[in-house]
Amino acid sequence: MTMIEPNLDPVDRADPATAALAVQNLHLAYMVRGQPREVLRGVTFQVRPGEAFGLVGESGCGKSTTAYAALRYMPANGRITEGHVLANGKDITEMSNAELRKFRATEASMVYQDPVQAMNPSLKIGDQVSECFEILGHGKSESMDRALAALKRVHIAAPESVMDRYPHQLSGGMLQRVVIAMGLAKDPKLLVLDEPTTGLDATVEAEVLDLVRELRKETDAAVLLIAHNLGVIRTMCDRVGVMYAGKMVEEATSDQLFGEPRHPYTIGLMNSIPRLGLRKTDRALSTIPGNMPSIGTDLPTCVYVSRCPIATDICRSDVPPVVQLGDGRWTRCHHSDLLDQIVEPLAEVPEHLIPDDQVVELNHVSKTFRQAGHAVPALVSVDLGFAEGETLGLVGESGSGKSTLAKTMLGVHGPDDDGGTITLDGRPMKAKATDRRGEAIQAIQMVFQNPDSALNRSWTVRRILHRTVTRLTDISGEEADRRVSEIAEAMRLSEHHLDMRPRQLSGGLKQRVAIARAFAGDPRVVVCDEPTSALDVSVQAAILNLLATLQRDEKTSYLFITHDIGVVRYLADRIAVMYVGRIMEKGLTEDVFNGPVHPYTEALLSAVPAIDGVAKNRIPLQGDIPSPADPPPGCVFHTRCKYHIPGTCDVEIPPSVTVGPRHEIVCHLPIDQMPTPVTVTLSQKN
Amino acid sequence: MARFLVRRLLLSIITLFILLVVVFALTRVFPQDVAKQLAGPFAPQQRVDDLNEKLGLLDPVSTQFGRLVGDVVTLDFGESYSQPGVKVVDLIRPALWNSAKLVMLALLITLPLSILGGIMAARRKDTRLDRAIVSLGLASASIPDFVSGVILQLLIGVKLGWLPATSSSVPADAGFFTSLRFILLPALAIVLVYFGYIARITRAGAIGVFDSDYARTAYMKGLSPWEVIKKHVLRNALQPTVAVTGTQMGYLFGGLVGLERVFNYPGLGNLILRAALAPDLPLLQTGVLTVAVIFMLATLSSDLLIAWMNPRARLAGGEN
Repeated sequence: MTMIEPNLDPVDRADPATAALAVQNLHLAYMVRGQPREVLRGVTFQVRPGEAFGLVGESGCGKSTTAYAALRYMPANGRITEGHVLANGKDITEMSNAELRKFRATEASMVYQDPVQAMNPSLKIGDQVSECFEILGHGKSESMDRALAALKRVHIAAPESVMDRYPHQLSGGMLQRVVIAMGLAKDPKLLVLDEPTTGLDATVEAEVLDLVRELRKETDAAVLLIAHNLGVIRTMCDRVGVMYAGKMVEEATSDQLFGEPRHPYTIGLMNSIPRLGLRKTDRALSTIPGNMPSIGTDLPTCVYVSRCPIATDICRSDVPPVVQLGDGRWTRCHHSDLLDQIVEPLAEVPEHLIPDDQVVELNHVSKTFRQAGHAVPALVSVDLGFAEGETLGLVGESGSGKSTLAKTMLGVHGPDDDGGTITLDGRPMKAKATDRRGEAIQAIQMVFQNPDSALNRSWTVRRILHRTVTRLTDISGEEADRRVSEIAEAMRLSEHHLDMRPRQLSGGLKQRVAIARAFAGDPRVVVCDEPTSALDVSVQAAILNLLATLQRDEKTSYLFITHDIGVVRYLADRIAVMYVGRIMEKGLTEDVFNGPVHPYTEALLSAVPAIDGVAKNRIPLQGDIPSPADPPPGCVFHTRCKYHIPGTCDVEIPPSVTVGPRHEIVCHLPIDQMPTPVTVTLSQKN
Repeated sequence: MARFLVRRLLLSIITLFILLVVVFALTRVFPQDVAKQLAGPFAPQQRVDDLNEKLGLLDPVSTQFGRLVGDVVTLDFGESYSQPGVKVVDLIRPALWNSAKLVMLALLITLPLSILGGIMAARRKDTRLDRAIVSLGLASASIPDFVSGVILQLLIGVKLGWLPATSSSVPADAGFFTSLRFILLPALAIVLVYFGYIARITRAGAIGVFDSDYARTAYMKGLSPWEVIKKHVLRNALQPTVAVTGTQMGYLFGGLVGLERVFNYPGLGNLILRAALAPDLPLLQTGVLTVAVIFMLATLSSDLLIAWMNPRARLAGGEN
């Protein structure tokens, strides 16, 4: 860099010494074979006391590294090469190890993804929570008392018995409460949350977020929140920083940022999310072409230049200035006045008509597992059908039976002997995949959530696809090679990718291979189990576009399992809602979103933190989903239903009510008393 | 826990029975006519027949097996063939005690050393220290115990004269610690073999735990590295180490034939070898059975220890 302009770094909003966290021009590198590879390239921001600050960006942008650096937790090869991190005026980059331990024990704590992994599997909860107090010098019994109080504070059910349990005996939501209880044990001034609700059900996520919000008010702790779900950031944070390739490119209040993003990258992220009721019939999703530069790449000018739709020569030659937009808001772009040149795709998507004939139909399908001598009905008389080229979105909490339904369709296990039939073009299929032949095997394929474990890691992509083609079709030899190339092209995988192995590919490319594998045998129905939930929003957009295009061209039907309401609304033609192994509601997507809906659907839809704003009246779901081994009598949902009619709902099994064309709801309520989904409004956070 | 224990004990009893069948079958496969061998090549047929009769070798197989089961139940295995008049248990007992002393001394040195080495290597993964520990362990483990035994014997016992070169010449009035001096060299030979093995198992177990989210949670609580190791790492990382140590006991008690030979040490391995060559059926059966029972007890206790360390394994039988 030859010319350093005076305003290349954002100015601290206020005195860094009074900030709960002040990250100042932080440079961090990983040492790889003796060479430093830059991960953070000068990050500056402040979290004021009591403020919630969100960091967003695609994987690899450095947001988690920043969060860990805030507590000086780095991998063994990590080095802070420049800059400072101040916490309440103390420079943690210059602390001794003992001072750092004291800082962690008293002033700052961290909650991260996957609470199951975050707890020691072989120690009781009570011992692990009390440890936070023992380290402060309290005695064992006093620490135990305080641990119990800490658990009570996070409203955990039966805290005394939780103290005496091991982590594997608690649900994910309960464990995350325990982890938060540990994090808040010493009333920290700074709480760092790294993807705290990723992997939790939407309803549990909503509860955990409510809890964090409530405890924040109580403790006045500053929060640094990392989440790839922008809806979570929007509902939780006062201010947001957008990171790209180890640099912060924009900072604003969350309403400003989500209302009017001022950096091309932020705009790209927002546009790739299905939002504001967008449907696949409206238009394709925007994507951000290309990939984030890998760590250590030399990026002398604008870090985003290689993917920016409005980049010009100056972006390739000069470091972009920090453009102050008032009120502490800034963006790092040469062309912050030209952002309206970024256009969303207008490509009109032809409306496809869905025929009435069903390709695959499930008639009264029931599946009962036996566990320790008890019958566990996992599916109870499920009726579903898929027309050609139709997407059926399947929603419901974990444990509602979504995966069992998918597995039963695929023939991983058959339905009960008297548990109904699955038909293909009207002809019953064999219950087990091992008994199915030819067409029946070929007809139903699956795309899994995690492509890493779904693809043979020691085979090349070409070999994986080739094998699927020859196994599922009559094609072989050179013709199969041709078919593999065709499929790859349809998935936008290059010849170069075909000769790579799964581990050499990025998450998005791996999922493309998994989709290619599912489509290789020309299936009639593809079961997609959360295929995009592990992916960045920009990659998710590309995958959703791909799935929509494939469906139009190949007339394939999808069973799309997801907890992302925005995604299901975008892609699904119809929606089915499952609870404790039963379909509670099914209907056309627009009808479900317009209501009337089942009370459970209402709660599910309202639980999702929306990027478009905050739902004013969230319907909380109390307690956990009942075990299918011991379903409540009458309507299985009555134990958590706020409309439940005593004497009816807890006694009689509800009827299936047709509330509109192809829209059925299993509920005792009269149609005019059924709820309509809450509408998301751009209201203020509280 | 009680349910786990009962189930595991029942399994052990079944294993013990299968073992009896195998041991019994083993001793039936000797090609020679045992009585003839015992009586000597020139003994009259009458004497061979008498011996056969006396030893019950002409009885139906089921009767003979029944007798073995009876022996086990009463813990009386009769007299040795090769040393008539001497009870088998009186031969086994001192040999077992000798082997136990050797093995315990060896483990007392090996386990702390290799656990420490494994944990340090895991904590400093991919550094020079890690590579040094791993390659040192590999090198020493690849030399058979009796070879390193000979080297130790010649170097420390003969050339330097720091320790007794053989283990058989313990003075009758030697105290416990003096007698330990006599078995320190063979114990060191065992340490050399097992240090690398156990250190590597510990390292593998500890690497996963050091990388785990709960270790990170512990650091974030403000615990020092030593407290993290003590409270969170050891218990989770040492489960494979415990399992492997348990399964090595059989070899340590019955398989150190070469090493015992080198140091002329009257352990169990040597005794079994002698019984097999004689052939001394009661001694052989009892010796093999003793080793097998030790092996069983060792795996049983390591399983119980693991269950204590790992609540998921322990509670698996009780809940769900």
